[in-house]
Amino acid sequence: MEGLKVSDAKMVVYLHPSKARNASLAIFRELSSLLFKFNETFDGVVLAYEVNILSNLAKILPTIHPYFGVRLKAKLLLFNPKPDMLLEGKVVKLGQQSIHIIFLGFSSATIILEDMREEFRYRVKHGKEVYVTASHKRHIIEVGTIIRFVVKSFEEEVLHISGSLLPAHTGNARWLDKNVQESQADSTKKRKESDRSQILDLKKEMVKVETYALKTNNRSKKSKRRRTNDS
Amino acid sequence: MGVQLAAERASLAEIGDVNFSDLELAYHVKDALRSVSLGDRDSYDQLVGFLFEDGERLGSDEVALLVTNLNALSGAVSDIDFVHHGSLLDCIFNMSLWKHGPDVMDALLELIIALAASSGKYVDSCLDMLVRNFMPPGYFLTDAKQRTLARKKGQVLDRVHSALKDIAELVPLAPLRLEQIIKDRVPIFNKEPLIVTYVENMLTLESGAMRELVGNSMLVEVVNTLIDLDVEIGWDDILLDDSSKGIFEMELDDEEGSADDDETDNFELPRGFSSQKMLRGNVVAEKLDSLMVLMFEHLQDCYDSGRLVQVFETLLQSFQSTVLTAYKSKFAQFVMFYACSLDPENCGVTFANRLADIFESPVYAQEWRMSAVAYLASYLSRAKFLSASYIVNILESLADWCSSYCKIQCGEINPKAHRVFYAGCQAIMYVLCFRMRSILGVPRLKSQLFLMPIAGILTHPLNPLKVCLPSIVEEFLLQAKVARLFSCSETDFNGLLESELSRAFGGLERLDMFFPFDPYLLKKSDRFIRPNFVYWSMVRTTCDDDDDDDDEGSIDEDIAQDRVGGNGMNITENGTAMSFDEDYLDGFGNSMMQMSITPKNYKFGSALHGGMQMPSRIRPSTSPESL
Repeated sequence: MEGLKVSDAKMVVYLHPSKARNASLAIFRELSSLLFKFNETFDGVVLAYEVNILSNLAKILPTIHPYFGVRLKAKLLLFNPKPDMLLEGKVVKLGQQSIHIIFLGFSSATIILEDMREEFRYRVKHGKEVYVTASHKRHIIEVGTIIRFVVKSFEEEVLHISGSLLPAHTGNARWLDKNVQESQADSTKKRKESDRSQILDLKKEMVKVETYALKTNNRSKKSKRRRTNDS
Repeated sequence: MGVQLAAERASLAEIGDVNFSDLELAYHVKDALRSVSLGDRDSYDQLVGFLFEDGERLGSDEVALLVTNLNALSGAVSDIDFVHHGSLLDCIFNMSLWKHGPDVMDALLELIIALAASSGKYVDSCLDMLVRNFMPPGYFLTDAKQRTLARKKGQVLDRVHSALKDIAELVPLAPLRLEQIIKDRVPIFNKEPLIVTYVENMLTLESGAMRELVGNSMLVEVVNTLIDLDVEIGWDDILLDDSSKGIFEMELDDEEGSADDDETDNFELPRGFSSQKMLRGNVVAEKLDSLMVLMFEHLQDCYDSGRLVQVFETLLQSFQSTVLTAYKSKFAQFVMFYACSLDPENCGVTFANRLADIFESPVYAQEWRMSAVAYLASYLSRAKFLSASYIVNILESLADWCSSYCKIQCGEINPKAHRVFYAGCQAIMYVLCFRMRSILGVPRLKSQLFLMPIAGILTHPLNPLKVCLPSIVEEFLLQAKVARLFSCSETDFNGLLESELSRAFGGLERLDMFFPFDPYLLKKSDRFIRPNFVYWSMVRTTCDDDDDDDDEGSIDEDIAQDRVGGNGMNITENGTAMSFDEDYLDGFGNSMMQMSITPKNYKFGSALHGGMQMPSRIRPSTSPESL
């Protein structure tokens, strides 16, 4: 899955003087307030952090409320999906017009009918709503399926993604993986067959060459004999 | 073909046999929506116009059409645009579920869920619409509509909560936004039935399927609402007593009123004070009263379902952050009291321990520590469900802290500098005023009490006896002297309730006069508190010993009389007062006249000090600066 990255951040957290007695707790609170929100400075949604307080010394701001700044070094796990990135998520709802997905457990995505390949057909099978494809009987999308889709747009404020199933490499993730292996296996088989045929061809060629060589040898012997006979 | 059908309602019968699939209808609505951006608004306007109609006036055909249109819109949500279809969205979000039947409700909620899941833009609006439907429209509150309201309530609210759950499943971050919306929309200034319904919904969320997601914040928000209403009730609304009277005496005076009232008013009166003292006619108090009933019932449900301990942890945090720091909260703290009474061994002990920890920890601000020890003192004195041995342990911890403080301090009286210490001393004395007799009744506890460094603390040069509230000090000295715990003859306050020094240590907040668990003044919710509450009238002090011999017989007689009369109290061997079943308590009134627990006209200290009066009931500060 794309869109995830780890960033090293150097930052200064300003804390209210009332937090001075337990600064580390206040720092964690401050950093936790960044979680699951899009942050322009970090260019992504902060999903997790690991913090390292650089110094026990803090810089005091000379104001009415003397906030104090603590210098930190933090590792941030960021999520910032861009258009055309490939994401994976779990289908939670499926209808005639759309598929609803949750990915990474916190963000939601919707794929509308217009953004699906034409091969996907909506069906109700045994009371269950599913999307099936005519060309591949086992390529099915239903509630609970992990699907791979492409990002169309990302609403940063509400962390909502519009996705697409138009590209060929999107759909049921398990099926795609299996299909890729099979296609790879097919291609190696074909390659082996073609190699074998090439070898056969070579052998044939060699046989031809040998027979030709034999013929020419015979001819030369004959000619020698002729020559001896002649002589 | 939703739009066209909407436009041609008159010819509905003619086309009744025409069948359209949901998908076809959705495509027609999609066309209508798309054509708006191309400048053709006819179909769109018809659609909007139809949604705009008053749900209660629709006939069955129109209802069917409305359902069809809503279903079609659910299939076309991806084409609804915030810019082009503003009026449609306004219409949808302003529809009230209360005005429609179940079919329209279902279709509308399906549309709302589809909208919330379709794009992040509409999540807030959808949640807001659902939260607004927590309450019925104003006209449902008339008497004529009561039956409809009761019927509709179940239909609407079940569906709303189900829809909220569905949205949370589709949009995992929706509960975060829901919390904020619910907080912002608390109708604190609306009519009582509306705010009650709203809080009911908040508590439903706390106990329902979304408990894991929003339960804690709902509980905290309910407590915040209680505090908001609490602070709306001014001290002026609570009857002012004569400032020259002792705190304890005020409570007894109320009882006299109660006995007088009983002859004319057979209404269930709370034990301990008269009907005049109840906050009747105060709109805010009545709202708060109803909400307290809801909260108490909810806590009872939590206890029954075995999750009170979990809920209590949230309540405790909420108490610490809001109630404890609120300026002299009057009623909201009784939520904690009731929760503790349901599970004294866990909640009751945790609460007292936390308060003691706050008091003893220098991390907290002085005001908080003083407030915490005021809560602790009041709680230990008033909670009938706490064992004497536990109270002694907490007192020992307080006394140890005060004693350690004395060791590191020198100098003379300084009410402001040592205010936390004085608050601690006052707390110890206050609790002992209520509990000394019962503690002395158990030899082990008696020896534990006598081993406490109380004398050392009280005779320290910081001189807490001169600084703490005179009324409490005098009652304590009186009882302590009789019990031979401690005696001091230097003090003479002439029956003063407060002194300059006590005012000084209490500060602007008048924490010297803060007794948070003084008798409860709300009428409807009083029944939850009363059975577990120790009123001053029920307390047997050490000074009552002289009457014991006479009382032994009379108590039995009194009890017998009370049983006949339907009211009464029992007194256990160790001197603590125990109430009979609620049957006996209801209608309590003249038991005070019959029983010899505390003589009605008894003035504390009268035997020894001649007319001395004594403490206990919530009352405003009489110093102007604190107001």
